[in-house]
Amino acid sequence: MAAITVPGKAAHGLDPGEDGTPRRSRRGLAQKVRRNLSAYGFLLGALLCFGFFTWYPMVREVIMSFQKTKRGTTTWVGMENLQRIFNDPAFWQAWRNTLLYTGLALLLGFAVPFVVAVVLNELRHARAYLRVLVYLPVMMPPVASVLLFKYFYDPDFGLFNHILAFLHLPTSAWLNSTSTAMLSVVIASTWMNMGGATLVYLAALQTIPGELYEAAELDGAGLLRKIWHVTIPQTRLILSLLLLLQIVATMQVFVEPFLLTGGNGPQGSTTTVVYLVYQYAFNFNNYGSASALGLVMLLVLAGFSAVYVRLSRETD
Amino acid sequence: MNRNRLLRRAVTALAVAGLVLPVAACSSSGSGGGSGSGDTGASKSADAATPLDPKTKVTISIDCQPPTTKTAERKEWAEDIAEFNKIYPNVTINSKDASPCEEPPKFTAQLQGKTQTDVFYSYFTDLQQVLDAGGAADITAYVNEKTVPAFKDIDPSVLATLTDGGKLYGLPKSNYKMGLLYSRSLFKKAGLDPDKPPTTWDEIRADAKKIAALGGGVNGYGDYSATNQGGWHFTAELYGLGGTMVNEDGSKAAFNTAEGKQVLQNLYDMRWTDKSMSAAQGLKWPDLMTQMAAGKLGMYIGAPDDITYMVQTLKGDYQDYGMGPMPGGKAALLGGDDYMFKAGSTPDQIKAGIAWINFKYLTMGKGQFNYSRTKADGLPVGLPEPFFFTGDSLAKDNQLKAASATVPVANYAPYLSVQVPGKTEPANAQQIYKVMDNPVSAVLTDQHANVDKLLSDAETQVNQVLANLQ
Repeated sequence: MAAITVPGKAAHGLDPGEDGTPRRSRRGLAQKVRRNLSAYGFLLGALLCFGFFTWYPMVREVIMSFQKTKRGTTTWVGMENLQRIFNDPAFWQAWRNTLLYTGLALLLGFAVPFVVAVVLNELRHARAYLRVLVYLPVMMPPVASVLLFKYFYDPDFGLFNHILAFLHLPTSAWLNSTSTAMLSVVIASTWMNMGGATLVYLAALQTIPGELYEAAELDGAGLLRKIWHVTIPQTRLILSLLLLLQIVATMQVFVEPFLLTGGNGPQGSTTTVVYLVYQYAFNFNNYGSASALGLVMLLVLAGFSAVYVRLSRETD
Repeated sequence: MNRNRLLRRAVTALAVAGLVLPVAACSSSGSGGGSGSGDTGASKSADAATPLDPKTKVTISIDCQPPTTKTAERKEWAEDIAEFNKIYPNVTINSKDASPCEEPPKFTAQLQGKTQTDVFYSYFTDLQQVLDAGGAADITAYVNEKTVPAFKDIDPSVLATLTDGGKLYGLPKSNYKMGLLYSRSLFKKAGLDPDKPPTTWDEIRADAKKIAALGGGVNGYGDYSATNQGGWHFTAELYGLGGTMVNEDGSKAAFNTAEGKQVLQNLYDMRWTDKSMSAAQGLKWPDLMTQMAAGKLGMYIGAPDDITYMVQTLKGDYQDYGMGPMPGGKAALLGGDDYMFKAGSTPDQIKAGIAWINFKYLTMGKGQFNYSRTKADGLPVGLPEPFFFTGDSLAKDNQLKAASATVPVANYAPYLSVQVPGKTEPANAQQIYKVMDNPVSAVLTDQHANVDKLLSDAETQVNQVLANLQ
C-alpha cells in the first residue's frame, strides 16, 4: 500500500535540521505557520461564522439570563430571571411534558427504526425500493408532514378514526385529549424522522460480518437470538451514539407540537420547554427569562451528556 | 516562493474574503434599521408643535405597504405617496411591504434588534413591549389641531391605548370592537332570521343547536383555544357579560366570578350537551374563518375585518356574512392597529411621519377614507371599521361611506345599531391569555371538566404570573 504523505511535512511532524536531525525552534514554528497558512485561512472563515452565529449568541444568552430590559434600559438582576421561571406554573408542566415526549420518542423513535432496519436488512427483494420508501418522509418539508398528520388526526373526518371505525374499533380524540395528545405528537414525529435513523442502522447492520450469523445459526440460534447475541452487540456503538443524539434532539422538540396543537395542547398537555422559551421571548417579550430557561435546558442536556460519556467510558 | 504556493495563497485570500465579506455585510445591515436620518441633521426643528415645513428635506422609512399580491391597495399606496409629495415634495418615503403587517415574534425580534422602520406599524396591545424595548418616541408635543386636524374627534378610549404616563406614542390606523360573526346562509338554511342575530348566550345556544342539526359537518358555534387565543376570546366573552380579567391595578385575577363561570359553562354546554361545536378543537386564527368561508360554521366571536379576510383570501361572498353585537352587550373587547415613531428619529422625521399618517389614515376624503377611489378599485366600502372617530368626523365618515358603499351594509346593522362600549385588553395580556388557554381548551376537550376547579386553578396561576411580573 502506498504511503500518504503531506507535501512539505516530515513523517514525524518535526522540522528536519540542517544536519538532517529534527529540531524545534521559533523559526521552525514560523515556517510551520507559513506552510499551513492556507489551512488557517480556510479555518478563519469557519471560525468567524461559528463565532458570529453560534458562540457569540451562546455567550449573549448566558449574559442575558442575568439581565432585564425595562424602558430601554438594561440592568443586572442576578437570579431574578431564574426565580421567575421556577415560579412559573407552566415550568414544571413543560419539563414533565418534555420528559414524557423524550420517553415516548425513545420508545417509538428508537425501537421502530431499528426493527425496520433489521427487517430491511433481511429482505432479499425490493430492498432499494423499500429503503427509498422509508426515507421519503424525511425529504418532505416538516410543516407539510405535520399538517398531513393534523388532517389524519381530525376526530370527525380524519383518516385514523375512519380506519378505526371501519374496523369497528373505538375511535380516539387524538390531539384533542390530554391523555393522547402527546402520544399523537410522538407518532407523527417518529414517522417524519425515522428514515434517517433507519438508514444509519442499516449501514451499521451491513458492516456485521456474515460469518457471525453463520456461526450463530450453526449453534442453533433463531432470528431473535441472532439479533440479541450478534446484531445488538455488533451495533452497540452506533446504537449508543444515536441514543444520545436522539435524547438531545427530542428534548428540544418544538416544531411538531407547535404545528399540531398550537404549542400548548389541551390544558397545556403538549407545552414543551422550548415552546415555553419561545413564549417568553416572542409572546411575552421577556428575553431575560427566555435566556434563563434556555440556560437551564443547556445545563440539563450538558449534564446528561457528561453522565452518558462517563458511563460509556466505564462500560468500554 | 514557487508558483504553487503563490496560487495557494491567492486562493486562500479569496476564500477568506468570500467568507468574511458576507459576514461583514450581514453585521453592518443589522446595526442600522433607521434610514435617511443623515440628510436632516442640519435642519433641526426648534418647535415640535409646528407642522412640517414643506421645504424640509427628509427621508423616512415606513412599513405595512400593501404587498404586490394586493394590487389595488398597493396602487393606492403609490398614488397616496405621489399626492402627499405634491404637498411635501422634499419628503422621501421608503416603503417596506409586509403581509401581515405584523407578525408578533418577528416584531419582538425587530424591537430587540432596533431594526423597525422610522414609522412602524404595531397593534394597540404592543405599547408596553415597545416602551420596554425603548423603541418609540414620545410624540405628545408634535400632535395638535394643526398637525392632525381631526385629532379632537378620535375616540379617547382608542387614544388611551397609545398613551402611557400622559405621553402619546402613536396614532391609530384602524380599530375594531368584537362582535358576533355569523353565516347568513346557514341561518336561512336552519330557518333562522338572518337579520336578527342572537344577542344573549341563551339565544346563541338555541340557534347553534338548530344550525348544527343541519348535519354534513356543519357546526353551530366555534371558538379558539390555542396559541393564547383561547384566553383572548375568553376575555372578549367575559367583557360581553360585564366581567373583567384583572383588578384595578392589574395585580390580581378578577375573572373567577359568576360571569367567568358562565363563559366556560356556555362553551362546555355547547360542546358536550348540545354537541353544536366541533369535536376537533385546539383551533387558532384563522381556523374559524376557514370553516365559515367553507360553509361549515354558523357563528363565532370576531372582528369586522374577518369578513374582509373571508372574502378576499378565502373567496367567500359578502352577502353570506352578517355581524351582530357582542353577546351580553355590557362591553366589547376593543383592538386595533397604529403607527409609532422610532426612538431616536429626528424631529423632522417625526413631523414627516405624522404628516403622512395624518394624510393617509386620519383625513376624511383622503387615503383610507377616499371611498370613491376604493369603490372604483373594486375594494369593499361599508364595513364597520375603522370607527375611531366621533363627532363631526364620524358624521362625515358615515356620509362618505354610505355614498360609496359596495358591501351589503344592512348585514352589519345589528352590530352598528347597538352601541356596546369598548374595553381594552388587560396589561400583560399574553401572559394571562396563555394561562386561560387551559380552562378554555379543557371545557372543549374534556367531557368531565370541572368548571369551578378550572377557574380556580387558572386564577391561582394568573395571580402567580402577575406576582412574578411585579
